[in-house]
Amino acid sequence: MQKSKKSTRREFFKKLSVGVGGSVVALSACTGPEFDNFFQKNFKTLSKEEIDNILLDLEKKYTEQYGKEFKVSGKKAIDNTFFGYALDLSRCVGCRRCVYGCVDENNQSRDPQIHWITVLQMEKEKGIDYMHSNMYYNPEKVPEEGKFYVPIACQQCANPPCTKVCPAKATWTEPDGITVIDYNWCIGCRYCQSACPYGARHFNWGEPKITNEEINTNTHYLGNRPRTKGVVEKCTFCIQRVREGKYPSCVEVCPTGSRKFGNLLDPNSEIRYILENKRVVVLKAELNTQPNFFYFFGV
Amino acid sequence: MKFLLFFLDTFKILLKGGKSYYAWVLFLVLLIAWGFGGYINQLRDGLQATNMTDSVSWAFYIGNFTFLVGVAAAAIMLVIPAYIYNWKPIKEIVIFGELLAITAVVLCIGFIMVDIGKPHKFWHMLPLVGTMNFPDSILAWDFFVLAFYFLLNLFIATYLLYCYYYKQEYKKSLVLPLILLSIPAAVAIHTITAFLFNAMPARPFWNSALLAPRFLASAFCSGPAILIILFQVLRKTTKFEIKNEVLWTIAELMVYAMFIYLFFSIAEYFKEFYSDTEHLVYWKYLLFGLGEHKELVPFSWVSIILGTTAFILFLFPKTRKNLLTLNIGAVMIYFSVYIEKGMALIIPGFTPDVLGQINVYVPSINEIRITAMIFSLGALLFTFMVKVAISIIFENNNVDKSTSVEAIV
Repeated sequence: MQKSKKSTRREFFKKLSVGVGGSVVALSACTGPEFDNFFQKNFKTLSKEEIDNILLDLEKKYTEQYGKEFKVSGKKAIDNTFFGYALDLSRCVGCRRCVYGCVDENNQSRDPQIHWITVLQMEKEKGIDYMHSNMYYNPEKVPEEGKFYVPIACQQCANPPCTKVCPAKATWTEPDGITVIDYNWCIGCRYCQSACPYGARHFNWGEPKITNEEINTNTHYLGNRPRTKGVVEKCTFCIQRVREGKYPSCVEVCPTGSRKFGNLLDPNSEIRYILENKRVVVLKAELNTQPNFFYFFGV
Repeated sequence: MKFLLFFLDTFKILLKGGKSYYAWVLFLVLLIAWGFGGYINQLRDGLQATNMTDSVSWAFYIGNFTFLVGVAAAAIMLVIPAYIYNWKPIKEIVIFGELLAITAVVLCIGFIMVDIGKPHKFWHMLPLVGTMNFPDSILAWDFFVLAFYFLLNLFIATYLLYCYYYKQEYKKSLVLPLILLSIPAAVAIHTITAFLFNAMPARPFWNSALLAPRFLASAFCSGPAILIILFQVLRKTTKFEIKNEVLWTIAELMVYAMFIYLFFSIAEYFKEFYSDTEHLVYWKYLLFGLGEHKELVPFSWVSIILGTTAFILFLFPKTRKNLLTLNIGAVMIYFSVYIEKGMALIIPGFTPDVLGQINVYVPSINEIRITAMIFSLGALLFTFMVKVAISIIFENNNVDKSTSVEAIV
């Protein structure tokens, strides 16, 4: 009797130690790379030297992680630049090349899948009507009869509801109009996600997975550098490209030429031509978010 | 030194207890362990261990958080009659309301910590050490009011117990202003928590000026309901004393709250259904379902039926002043509000999402386990605090009986 009691107690302690050991292993999973930058400050409050050091550290870390030479830029906004985007709804055929072009360029997680651009299929009869739209359309061939397509990503609002609600100032609008996120500072509360009327913000519900072949090594700290689980991300107009004078990846990949991008402060830019000569609309204008992303009907 | 002694003795009280006390504690510890396993899964896999998605990006955790802010706020329900009208029989039990408030705030913080993606970076939103977005972010405001309310109640409850323990009169000039201050503080925590959701025009379901008033009214139903049940349990199992007339008074105050809650809800339904705009779609999802998506329909109707029945039971003095029907009503209104805050408030705000897409959400087993863990932790904390309070107030466990005196001196 005594013995059996003792042995069950021993078993209990055995089980307990296994349980505790297991929890320690699981907990140590989050003491790895996640705690590397534990004491790093908000990107906006860092000095130039601190930023340079962090960028070098990140380059080293990513190079090790993916076995490829990485560039992590911290390039600031260019003077006299304020970016604007226009999308021609009469040309878009809903092929989703922009969606996957964006994924390739901006290192979104392939599993779980994250897309910064959502293409909504709408009915011509109903006009722009979200409640009757479909983002999961999957026909043999697009465009379908009687349908039109509205690709939606971050609208780079001048009055953004997302940055206002962030409790930690982990997201803000840069002087060139791009709203960015400091992935090292984001606490993952997802308040911004609730506040965004365009579904533009995406959360890393799991550890993002991208293979070494797929990874884009030309990155920006506030843009497409690899993220970790538990932070929010979104379109940055390809900040790593546009601050180097290139077009966003979605503009280049679009087969119909529906996507137009440029500097709103340059009177000779294509984007200014569109705003001055076409009839443009912004999505959910009634919410006063003042998007710098316009939609127009070119033909 | 005096305070240390008080502390030592309160810890001793925790160790002494009957079989049922130890069984209850063991039960809670087991539940915590079961839930902790779920939490480990979530730490390892990330929040994909929940059923949340980019469409429904806040769900069961935030619903529980919201509900518990209401429970915390409801402590004032007992403070008002006790101190403003100087109504004696209720005064001693005010402490228990305050202990409930303390527990509820701790649980709120627990639900926030399990909901965020980077819990170890929570300090980023704190003042001084982080870069708090004050005054822009309502979450920053919520942090301040919750922290203030927590400290206020912790101080009052500890101080009152300390005075009981040393058999001295408490300083009225110190306690009364603080207790009066806790009334607006309680209103503030629930109002600001409502404002968290309220001021997001992206989510029409919450973008109604009635949201905060509705929050308050519902909190004044569910919080006291817990207390009514709890006081009777304690009366049966410990030396805790409470007169029936105190229960009747709490119940009577609840009737007003229920009526206002019902009225606000009807006002909201009327506005939405008669206007019949695009924004009705969220209410339709909640109450009737959209096409084959009817996940929330049973929850919403159970909540409505329980709430209405409880109101009727509480409305008539005959059923209100009968312990059996009173208890049935209290349990009903508690679950009505819990379902409303836990499921019916948060999820329709995201279904359909801002782009009109429907991504169905029901809590995952991990979410349920973690929720059970947090509630059990709260129950354990509350059990300990209540045990100490009862022992000091009703079992005359005071400084005279202390055995720690010699040890210290």
